[in-house]
Amino acid sequence: MDLSFSKEETAFRDEVRTFFRESLDPAVRKKLQEGHHTSKDDLVNWQRTLNKKGWAVPHWPQEYGGTGWSAAKQYIFLEELQKTPAPPPLPFGVNMVGPVIYTFGNEQQKKHFLPRIANMDDWWCQGFSEPGSGSDLASLKTTAKKKGDTYIVNGQKTWTTLAQHADWIFCLCRTDPDAKKQSGISFILIDMKSKGITVRPIQTIDGGVEVNEVFFDEVVVPAENLVGEENKGWDYAKFLLGNERVNIARVGMSKERIRRIKELASSVMSGDKPLIEDPQFRQKLAATEIELKALELTQMRVVAAEGKHGKGKPDPASSILKIKGSEIQQTLTELLLEVTGPFALPFMPEGEGQNEEGDWASPIAPTYFNYRKVSIYGGSNEIQRNIIAKAVLGL
Amino acid sequence: MDFDLSEEQRLLKDSVDGLLKSSYEFEARKKYRAEKGGWSRDVWGKFAEQGLLGLPFSEDDGGFGAGPIETMIVMEALGRNLVVEPYLDTVVLGGGFLRRASAEQRAAHLPGIIDGSKTMAFAQVERDSRYDLGDIKTSAKKSGSGYTLSGEKFVVGHGDTADTLIVTARTAGGQRDAKGVGVFLVPANAKGVDIKGYETQDGSRAADIKLNNVEVGADAAIGNAEDGLSIVNQVVDDARIALCAEAVGAMEEALKISVEYIKERKQFGVAIGSFQALQHRAADMFTALETARSMSFLASMASSFTDLDERTKTVAAAKVQIGRSARFVGQGGVQLHGGVGVTMEYKIGHYFKRLTMIEQQFGDADYHLRRVAQAGGITE
Repeated sequence: MDLSFSKEETAFRDEVRTFFRESLDPAVRKKLQEGHHTSKDDLVNWQRTLNKKGWAVPHWPQEYGGTGWSAAKQYIFLEELQKTPAPPPLPFGVNMVGPVIYTFGNEQQKKHFLPRIANMDDWWCQGFSEPGSGSDLASLKTTAKKKGDTYIVNGQKTWTTLAQHADWIFCLCRTDPDAKKQSGISFILIDMKSKGITVRPIQTIDGGVEVNEVFFDEVVVPAENLVGEENKGWDYAKFLLGNERVNIARVGMSKERIRRIKELASSVMSGDKPLIEDPQFRQKLAATEIELKALELTQMRVVAAEGKHGKGKPDPASSILKIKGSEIQQTLTELLLEVTGPFALPFMPEGEGQNEEGDWASPIAPTYFNYRKVSIYGGSNEIQRNIIAKAVLGL
Repeated sequence: MDFDLSEEQRLLKDSVDGLLKSSYEFEARKKYRAEKGGWSRDVWGKFAEQGLLGLPFSEDDGGFGAGPIETMIVMEALGRNLVVEPYLDTVVLGGGFLRRASAEQRAAHLPGIIDGSKTMAFAQVERDSRYDLGDIKTSAKKSGSGYTLSGEKFVVGHGDTADTLIVTARTAGGQRDAKGVGVFLVPANAKGVDIKGYETQDGSRAADIKLNNVEVGADAAIGNAEDGLSIVNQVVDDARIALCAEAVGAMEEALKISVEYIKERKQFGVAIGSFQALQHRAADMFTALETARSMSFLASMASSFTDLDERTKTVAAAKVQIGRSARFVGQGGVQLHGGVGVTMEYKIGHYFKRLTMIEQQFGDADYHLRRVAQAGGITE
């Protein structure tokens, strides 16, 4: 048992840390530190910077552009990325559809899509949830009917993150209406420029537009865009969701947020002392830091087990990472909100006063509002408890 | 980065688990508690035979030179089985002081500990000290070449069966001064030592001890008799680390028996474990256990930190997590059992009680949280 990083791993950490700090546009880093939105270009440019360095998709198999790093190095990479902070890789390409394509896709799909994902030539979005299918995803109704060399897709997806920028969407569609729930579903790639697709923004309570509804009306999709076998899409989706849970703890990001809280609470006054010297505030922050430390160690245990015993099936204990990771992220946005005091109130739409010098408070309440999402998405925390109860405790 | 046990550590775990499986059935534990002194000399002898009592001592001192992970393995096993023998008091606390003691003191005391013939107890708590280790009224006055000790100590774990007491006493300074703290080896049968033993809530034993002008020699002082608080802090941190591991073992077993119970108990014609409200409570208990386990690992690692501030802060953070998790798992275990959870007959109540008392030993979650907060947090 040894919880420290090896000499080589420590050198690696210094290398990625230096690279991130030197090659990320300082304006983008500042936006992230202060909780402002990043633009499409910010994300694409950063992904291309990583790709040039060969670090676009470290976790992929080497033949598709992966780095062959150990589980520990991949962990360090993500942790440093979040701590910088640098834009997190958009998960829909590199973490979701990419691994599905290289695991279940055909040669042509791999050749065409994988390099484009790594370089973010295509912006991907995820077409899973529907208005009537949230936690009960397998009840989805969007259909794809085979017609010659094509599928005709009809239906509606929702909560589609950043679909407004997307070039492609990967969809779960019902291809066999008679089969039982999970067994009649296929995994289909659809060009967002196709005729019959409408994207309607959903405004979230923070005032932002991050998610959308996507409507499909007689959309014609080439049959070659099916991934793997017809009616096997549920298996691929489960594989994808298992990957989703691994990086969900966001320990590095929470560390960066703690740094930010300490920075702000050192300048905000509470009576004749900075807020950071208020014992009650400090204890709340320390309690969260301890929870984060416990989460970090738990994440390292999952990573170390993966490194030792191979990737295989996702560890059901990773549901802990989702639950605790999201709770801590929410607590930290709450503490940041407390730091702002009355300055939480002014609402400043993006671009109107926000981002201006001296405006540190306006993105904080929206972030708090927005972060209620983290215990809901990616399998709500209640679903994670179901997973622990069934898969771990055998209930 | 590696969380797996080594081959030797796995063997140790298997042998401790095997020993306790055969000798520490729930019914057997009741018998041991009814023995004179409240614990079993026979079990203690088996611990000695298996080398558990000599684990953390150097080979030169007749021990096995094992590290903190080995102690963690043993403490987890003791927690899983609710062992009432004085391992924490004798090996972790007593042994912790002796490992930092002179060669003569080690030679005088360690052989008896390692072979199981002698036990120790740590007399620290005072009426007003609460969790502050440096808050000491008991006095140690120079007399001749030695010291005269006077004062009152409370809730001394296994103080009524110990052969030697390790007593903190003030050689100089005011009640709460960091300087002027001495640590003394006092034979339990020394003249002027008055010991009143009693049962503790969790089925173990403790004692209140009066020291009435107890004379000890100059060789009784461990380390610098005018400046011993740092040693006390280090050894008590060792005990906190051990308690974290014991709590993890107890939580593990409490969760296990609770999950088994709700799989079997039927109401409304089905196992109550099929109800989501109970499943979610059990899932949250699992999360509480595993986050506590992570912090217990970290605390055991911290045992070998050379930066003492970092060491003590990390241990404090671990004790916060363990305290909170232990509350949640202990209470949750009783709740999942329903009515039988509050009966003496069922095991779960005994795990709940031990977990509750661990929180009261050497600082609760609030106490340690304050320390972590005052140190500026633990995020690097």
